[in-house]
Amino acid sequence: MEPKEYRSSIMERRKEVLASLGNLGAKIYEQIDRGFFPSIEMPSRSTENIYYDPKFRQYILGDKRVKRSARNIRHLKPFAQLVWTALFSYELTSQRKTSTLRDVYYSAQAYEMTFKDQQESNNIITDLETVLGFSREDFNIFPEERSAVFGDLTISYTVPGYEGKTLNLTSHPDGVMIGPALTSADFVETSADKVIAIEKGGLFTRFIEENVHKKFNAILVLTAGQAPRATRHFIGRLNRELRLPVYVFTDGDPWGMHIAMVIISGSANAAHLRDLTTPDAKWSGVWATDIVNYKLPTDPLDEIDMKRLYELQKDPRYKEDPLWQREIKTFMKIKRKAEQEAFSRYGLTYIVDEYLPAKLEETK
Amino acid sequence: MAQVTFEEISASDFFYRNRDIAGFTNPTRAIFAAVRELVENSLDAAESLKIPPEIYVRLSFEGEASKETQIYKLRVEDNGIGVPPRHIPSAFGQVLFGSKYKLKQQRGTFGLGGKMAILYGQITTHQPATIISSTGMSKIYMYKLLIDIQRNRPIILDRKVFLNKEGWRGTIVEFSLEGDYLRAMPKILEYFKQTAMVNPYANLTFVDPKGRLYKFIRATTVMPDPPKETLPHPYGVDVELLQRLIQITPYKNMLEFLKNHFHRVGEITATKFLEFSGISPSKNPKRLSHEEIVRLMHMLKKFKEFLPPDASCLSPLGEELLKTGVLKELKPEFVAVHQRKPATYAGHPFIVEVAIAYGGEIPQRGGFLIYRFANRIPLLYDEASDVSVKVINAMNWRRYKVSPDMPIAIVVHICSTKVPYKTVGKEFIADRPEVRREIANGLREVARQIQRFLTRREHVDRERKRLGVFSKYLPKIAHFSAKLAGKEKPPDIEKLLRSVKRFGAEGV
Repeated sequence: MEPKEYRSSIMERRKEVLASLGNLGAKIYEQIDRGFFPSIEMPSRSTENIYYDPKFRQYILGDKRVKRSARNIRHLKPFAQLVWTALFSYELTSQRKTSTLRDVYYSAQAYEMTFKDQQESNNIITDLETVLGFSREDFNIFPEERSAVFGDLTISYTVPGYEGKTLNLTSHPDGVMIGPALTSADFVETSADKVIAIEKGGLFTRFIEENVHKKFNAILVLTAGQAPRATRHFIGRLNRELRLPVYVFTDGDPWGMHIAMVIISGSANAAHLRDLTTPDAKWSGVWATDIVNYKLPTDPLDEIDMKRLYELQKDPRYKEDPLWQREIKTFMKIKRKAEQEAFSRYGLTYIVDEYLPAKLEETK
Repeated sequence: MAQVTFEEISASDFFYRNRDIAGFTNPTRAIFAAVRELVENSLDAAESLKIPPEIYVRLSFEGEASKETQIYKLRVEDNGIGVPPRHIPSAFGQVLFGSKYKLKQQRGTFGLGGKMAILYGQITTHQPATIISSTGMSKIYMYKLLIDIQRNRPIILDRKVFLNKEGWRGTIVEFSLEGDYLRAMPKILEYFKQTAMVNPYANLTFVDPKGRLYKFIRATTVMPDPPKETLPHPYGVDVELLQRLIQITPYKNMLEFLKNHFHRVGEITATKFLEFSGISPSKNPKRLSHEEIVRLMHMLKKFKEFLPPDASCLSPLGEELLKTGVLKELKPEFVAVHQRKPATYAGHPFIVEVAIAYGGEIPQRGGFLIYRFANRIPLLYDEASDVSVKVINAMNWRRYKVSPDMPIAIVVHICSTKVPYKTVGKEFIADRPEVRREIANGLREVARQIQRFLTRREHVDRERKRLGVFSKYLPKIAHFSAKLAGKEKPPDIEKLLRSVKRFGAEGV
């Protein structure tokens, strides 16, 4: 897989995806037609072939490649599943329909292509991503998870029936769901100068109520826990296409810290993909040092939290910026954690009036 | 001082008092034993003429005898050799009278079973037995008999003679007895099934007291050669037998005596033996003292150069017939049979035949189905004590890819002039090392055969599965890729499918 140049036009990307899927079919067709067992090569996704690349500031796959051959009886079924998934993706993309991962699992049965379980079909989709270098969202396959966005950004739909229609993302006070239609929309214009990503729904709603988007000229994104790929992709586009800096606010614990990290540097599971990361995004809080400085109400870190900290301490992504190691050490020292809502002890607006501006300034 | 009285008891009195040892232990066993003894006599009667047996057995309900037992009338008809009229009363009304004291393989051993059944019937119901028989000549004879138990004599109550217009030959025995058919039913049915298995040339018909008809139809008319009578083998003689031979012998010297009264002893062997034992060849056997006879017996056993007994006195089923029988009654997917070469134990020749059957209608029940036979008689009781079962349990079946949870039946048939039964009831075979070795070797041979079958089947199965995967997924890959590439027709996958067929998989 070669890293692909980003293209702003959604339509152009779709053409590229369709061509890539068609080429895969043609390659297999030709091999069979010439009397050979068809085979496909792709980078290996095994752990020993996943490296952290400081240049891309994300995990990437190494040079090890694996070959799936229809000659090999053990590869035969996954091979057929892969070709089916490619065909299914082709039909989805060309008809501009979307499908969930669950749909894929069931749709296969109509072609007498059974998947043992959802996990197996998810794996095959990941294979297809690896072979072609596109992410499943490019094939119009989305996970069930949903997150939301709110702020002054006007988008233009590309989905059938809505082509050219525009929407301002302040139009609905609960925020707009980051679903297939929004993911495939083009950006038209914005007055915002930053993006604030928030882990929890409660705080997202608070920020909208408190007019954070206006006060801070920000587009607010709710990650709803670990950010789904579509959301990470969306944040990445806001950063690259609109050149907006991204600030991530999470709970003050190892898990929140890692939510920010995945937005910034991606996950090992997506090492075969680009464009999902936002390397310049900042984790703005809640830091362990904030817990100390703001004297936040806390809970003790339990055993699993501590184990997670030790893991993160050794993770190459956490060695990029000294901030991470400092915060990890602080967590280990104070052995406490705090939720975003903990600021409410100082009144409901304290977080917006005091904490947020201070942190935005600090992590600028 | 108490007076001790000695009384001589007759043979029938003896068996009357000890009917347990002949298998008439209780009403369940008794009815089973009665059916079995008469059927076996009928089979012997037909086989001695080498005619395929045609046997009809009917049990009919006569009345209640007690809470647990009923009176049944048992009728057994055969197409056997028939009994000459003057022998009928003794043959059916006198214990230990019969034709079975010679050295050849037969089902019954003492000519005891059939009469025990009749005796048992008479004891329990006080009814006479009816015997109808013809040797195929112009007359049919009918006798109504009771046994005088104390004197071991038949009492003839009635005698009729009919003209045998249709040239019928055979014997019909009918008498009443007390028994418990409901309890005995599983064993009786199993007995017929297994008898049909080792007598695949016989037609067996059984009508039970409820009027249910069970028919076992022959699968062949080929029959094993009937056994020949033989002389005793030197290894198998005892002092008693030597004395009897000396009494009757017309020969005046030891050389001739040995040559003419013993199995497989000729001029050379006899001479060598006499040299070995230091007995003068010209010695008159009738002059041997008791001590000399005892010594002769020991020397006979010690001498290593006697040829083993030949098996002409035996009538094994043969591999073909055994296979036919197993296929007919068990309907397996696969059967392997093997007949061992004749062997001897204590001077008695014997042959072991084994079969192993797999799959088909053989049930899977977490253990081997074991069928034991001796001289073509099914052995249905005391399985755990039988030597075959011991050998089967001791075998390392895993070596042969066989495990007890497979649907497997094992058949062991031993035929001998003297089957080493442990009891007069003829239920299981004693653990003799010679017999054990023969069974083990036979089983190893069929185990190797089933191993080959299982390996091949496994291979074929795997190959079929393998090809199944290719022929399932290759067309799909072709179809999907063609659609994806925008082609009208999928590419031809025949060449690929042909290439995955391995050599030797043509039959798949």
